[in-house]
Amino acid sequence: MTVAVVQFGGSNCDRDAVRALDHLGVDAERVWHADGLPADTEGIVLPGGFSYGDYLRAGAMAARDPILNEVRDAAEAGVPVIGVCNGAQIGSESGLTPGAFTTNASARFQCEPVHLRVERADTPWTAAYDEGDVIEIPIAHGEGRFEIGEDARADLVGDDRVLFRYCDARGNVTDAANPNGSTDNVAGVLGERETVAVLMPHPERATLPDLGRSTDGAGILEAFA
Amino acid sequence: MTAYTATVTVRLKRGVLDPEAETTQQALERLGFELSDLRSADRFEVDLDAADADEAADRADEMAERLLANPTIHDYDVAVAER
Repeated sequence: MTVAVVQFGGSNCDRDAVRALDHLGVDAERVWHADGLPADTEGIVLPGGFSYGDYLRAGAMAARDPILNEVRDAAEAGVPVIGVCNGAQIGSESGLTPGAFTTNASARFQCEPVHLRVERADTPWTAAYDEGDVIEIPIAHGEGRFEIGEDARADLVGDDRVLFRYCDARGNVTDAANPNGSTDNVAGVLGERETVAVLMPHPERATLPDLGRSTDGAGILEAFA
Repeated sequence: MTAYTATVTVRLKRGVLDPEAETTQQALERLGFELSDLRSADRFEVDLDAADADEAADRADEMAERLLANPTIHDYDVAVAER
């Protein structure tokens, strides 16, 4: 499998994603947005960081980049697509996934480890976990507060498309464990297909064993293995 | 064709938390101002040529739908004036 890590103007977690995927034995390469997706693309990462200065709203410009049409077509054809942090904002801005990620309730940029509860274990992204597992992965964002309209929220819950929720170390989904004021503590959601997912925390920053204290994010990226 | 300026105002829907506005309000209060609430909005002034004001408004409306606003969290309005 060749995974395309899409590099937009200003992306800065694209190398991290390739490095983490390399570590897992996944063939991954950075793809400059203007070059379009390679013909042999079998997986797509919309990486974190920033894009186009995050002008207007985080991810808004990248979401209208022509390569997103290719990403959307690939997603509809069943190619696994994951958006991480800025990639999550791009995913929601482009309509790949429901809701929106906007300014943290704290109004601050937050960079810290958080705990996530795995809400679905029957997806490619969470096959390494059991439902209810608690994993530790860092966040690094200023606009990560998940917002969604009432009707869409009902659909999201009804269709069981919440993938991860912020929780405490024991798996309790509480206000205190919600780092950014996200609706229902939502940290990551699925698109219409289970092969499409976005999340604000950075699994690629919790994959390499020599980076820090957690490698809990590896299980998410193993979807591409 | 007539030259118009379409002013698109994008604001958070009522009930959506606006941490930047809250912080701004707190800063005003620290400066000694008394106020009961503060809301922020983005305003875009789009210069364009159109056959009539309706067409100008329609085009600005589509710009808001497709980029300037995020319908999940925003409301917007469009006002058109000859330039």
